[in-house]
Amino acid sequence: MDLSFTKEELAFRDEVRTFFKDNVPPETRRRLQEGRHTGKQELVEWTRILNKKGWAVAHWPKEYGGTGWTPVQQYIFLEELQSAPAPSPLAFGVSMVGPVIYTFGNEAQKKKYLPRIANLDDWWCQGFSEPGSGSDLASLKTTAKKKDGKYIINGQKTWTTLAQHADMIFCLCRTDPEAKKQSGISFIVFDMKSKGVTVRPIQTIDGGVEVNEVFFDDVEVPVENLIGEENKGWDYAKFLLGNERTNIARVGMSKERIRRIKQLASTVMAGDQPIIKDARFLEKLTATEIELKALELTQMRVVANESKNGKGKPDPASSILKIKGSDIQQTITELLLEVTGPFAMPYETGEEGRNEPDNWASPIAPGYFNYRKVSIYGGSNEIQRNIIAKAVLGL
Amino acid sequence: MDFDLSEEQRLLKESVDGLLADSYDFESRKKYAKEAGGYSKAQWSKFAEQGLLGLPFSEEDGGFGSGAVETMIVMEAMGRALVLEPYLATVILGGGFLRHGGSKDQKAAHLPGIIDGSKTLAFAQLEKNSRYDLADVSTTAKKKGAGWVIDGEKFVVLHGDTADTLVVTARTKGGQRDKTGIGAFLVPSNAKGVTVKGYPTQDSLRAADITFTNVEVGAEAAIGDPENALPLIERVVDDARIALCAEAVGAMEESLKTTMQYIKERKQFGVAIGTFQVLQHRGADMFVALEQARSMSYLATMAGGIDNAKERALSVAAAKVQIGRSARYVGQQAIQLHGGVGMTMEFKIGHYFKRLTMIESLFGDADFHLRRVADAGGFING
Ligand SMILES: Cc1cc2nc3c(=O)[nH]c(=O)nc-3n(C[C@H](O)[C@H](O)[C@H](O)COP(=O)(O)OP(=O)(O)OC[C@H]3O[C@@H](n4cnc5c(N)ncnc54)[C@H](O)[C@@H]3O)c2cc1C
Ligand SMILES: Cc1cc2nc3c(=O)[nH]c(=O)nc-3n(C[C@H](O)[C@H](O)[C@H](O)COP(=O)(O)OP(=O)(O)OC[C@H]3O[C@@H](n4cnc5c(N)ncnc54)[C@H](O)[C@@H]3O)c2cc1C
Repeated sequence: MDLSFTKEELAFRDEVRTFFKDNVPPETRRRLQEGRHTGKQELVEWTRILNKKGWAVAHWPKEYGGTGWTPVQQYIFLEELQSAPAPSPLAFGVSMVGPVIYTFGNEAQKKKYLPRIANLDDWWCQGFSEPGSGSDLASLKTTAKKKDGKYIINGQKTWTTLAQHADMIFCLCRTDPEAKKQSGISFIVFDMKSKGVTVRPIQTIDGGVEVNEVFFDDVEVPVENLIGEENKGWDYAKFLLGNERTNIARVGMSKERIRRIKQLASTVMAGDQPIIKDARFLEKLTATEIELKALELTQMRVVANESKNGKGKPDPASSILKIKGSDIQQTITELLLEVTGPFAMPYETGEEGRNEPDNWASPIAPGYFNYRKVSIYGGSNEIQRNIIAKAVLGL
Repeated sequence: MDFDLSEEQRLLKESVDGLLADSYDFESRKKYAKEAGGYSKAQWSKFAEQGLLGLPFSEEDGGFGSGAVETMIVMEAMGRALVLEPYLATVILGGGFLRHGGSKDQKAAHLPGIIDGSKTLAFAQLEKNSRYDLADVSTTAKKKGAGWVIDGEKFVVLHGDTADTLVVTARTKGGQRDKTGIGAFLVPSNAKGVTVKGYPTQDSLRAADITFTNVEVGAEAAIGDPENALPLIERVVDDARIALCAEAVGAMEESLKTTMQYIKERKQFGVAIGTFQVLQHRGADMFVALEQARSMSYLATMAGGIDNAKERALSVAAAKVQIGRSARYVGQQAIQLHGGVGMTMEFKIGHYFKRLTMIESLFGDADFHLRRVADAGGFING
């Protein structure tokens, strides 16, 4: 047993750390440090910097543009990226649809889509959830009917993150209305500019527009846009959601946020002393740091397991990463809110309806409101507990 | 980065688990607790035969030269079985003083007896008002000729009523809470002026309050520097905290297992209560608490090898916070999910809860260690 990184791993860490230090555009870094959102253009620029370096899809197999790094290196890379801080590559492309395409897609699809995902030439969005189908995703109703070599798609998706920017959508559609729940679903991708696609933005409680309703009204999609086999979409969706969970601990990001808390709490005053000197506040912060340390090690255990056993099925213990990771991220936004106190109150709408005038306090309350999402999406924390109860505890 | 056990460590784990599975079920434990001294001498001899008592000592000293991971393996197993024997007091604490600070002669005088199981030790440290501050020592050791005269009172000395030799912290210089001027002395428990009042503890183990009145010991009694033993004391106590973290992980693991087994079998409303989602989620949260604690126990175990006291203390303190919090949650929920039977002495689950509760406050509770981590600036800086 040895919890330290090897010399080679440490050298690798220094290499990526230096790269991030030298290459993240300063304005992007500043916005992230202050807890602001990055815009589409910023993410495109950053992804292209990464892609030029060969790191935009680091975790993909080498033949599709990946790096061939070990799971430990992948872990170090993500951790350093988040803690730099640098924007995370668009998950819908690189972590979700990309792996589904290179695992289940045909050669033509791999050629057509994968390089464009790596370079963020296509902005992808995820069309899974529907108004009647959230946690119970398999109850989805959007249909795709085959007619004259095309799928005709009708229905509605919702909570579709950043669909307003999207060029492409990957969608779960019911192709066999007779089959029982899970078995009649297919995984279909198509152009968001197709005729019959309507996007309606939804404003979230932080004031931003992060999610949308997406309506499909007789949208015609070529049959070659089916990924894998017809009616096997549920298997691909499960594969995709399993991949989503391993990245969800976001330890590096939480470390970076704690640095921000410490920085603000050392300057924001309560009377004659900074907030960080308040024993009650400091204890809450320290307790969070300890939980995060434990989570970091738990994550390393999951990674080490993956190194040993290969990346087969997702480890059910990774549900811990989701539950604790989101819990810590939310606590951190609470602590930031507490540091800011009454200065968090002014609400002025800015770009995209977001409350982001250029002062340090303005992103704090929206960040807190926005982060209630992390225990809802990606399989809600209650669903994660169901998974543990079933897969680990055998209940 | 590697969380695997080596081949030798795996064999050790198998043999300890095997030994305890054969001879340490809950009914046997009840019998052992009723023996004179509150534990089984026969078990202790078996531990010696299997080499467990010599594990951390160097081969030169007659031991096996094993590391922190081996101790963790043994302590986890002992936590799972709720072992009563004085392993912590004798091997980790008493033995730890000799291992980290003992002279050649002191080692020769004491280690063979520890390793072959014929002698036990105990650590007399806690005072009436010292609470968790290791530097708060008002027991005195005054120079007399070449030797020392010890006066003072020590409380809740783990296994103090059966130990052959006590390691006593005493002030040789300075004020009550000064960090310097503290010594650690080897005192035979039958020395003139030593009064031992033994009693059972809440978790069915034993402890003693011990009074020292004009107790005379020779120059060879002092372990290390009699005027500056605090770093040694901190070192040994950190080892004990690390061992307790592992023991707690073992006890939590068994608590969760037993509880999940119980709710799968217990029927109410015509179904197994384990089918109720509210209990399933409680189980999931217990699992999360256990695994977070296990991660920190690993961190602490690895920190055991760090000589830099500050760095080591940060990891050990953080681990003790996590273990304290997890232990409380897992312990309380294990009782809750058992319903009425969880409240009884007859059922083993209550005994796990009681042991976990005692571990929480041994050598610093979660609040104490949280303050230490905060004072050290936490893990994330710059
Ligand atoms: C900001 C944001 C972005 C999102 N982005 C996307 C996206 O890009 N694409 C996409 O497809 N989806 C997206 N989602 C949707 C997300 O996946 C769903 O919100 C999630 O699956 C929960 O579904 P729901 O909102 O319908 O809640 P419901 O499923 O109705 O759940 C409501 C509550 O009931 C609990 N619950 C539900 N079932 C159970 C059960 N069996 N046991 C115990 N408790 C249960 C839930 O945990 C929750 O607390 C996003 C959501 C948010 C908030
Ligand atoms: C100190 C003490 C004194 C008592 N004194 C008396 C007395 O004088 N007279 C008397 O008649 N009784 C007495 N009782 C019994 C007491 O009322 C029962 O213990 C209580 O009703 C719980 O039943 P149980 O112990 O069988 O636990 P169970 O019913 O087996 O419950 C075990 C666990 O499952 C949970 N659970 C059970 N059903 C559900 C459900 N549907 N949904 C979710 N969770 C569930 C429980 O909350 C508990 O956590 C006493 C109990 C104790 C501990």
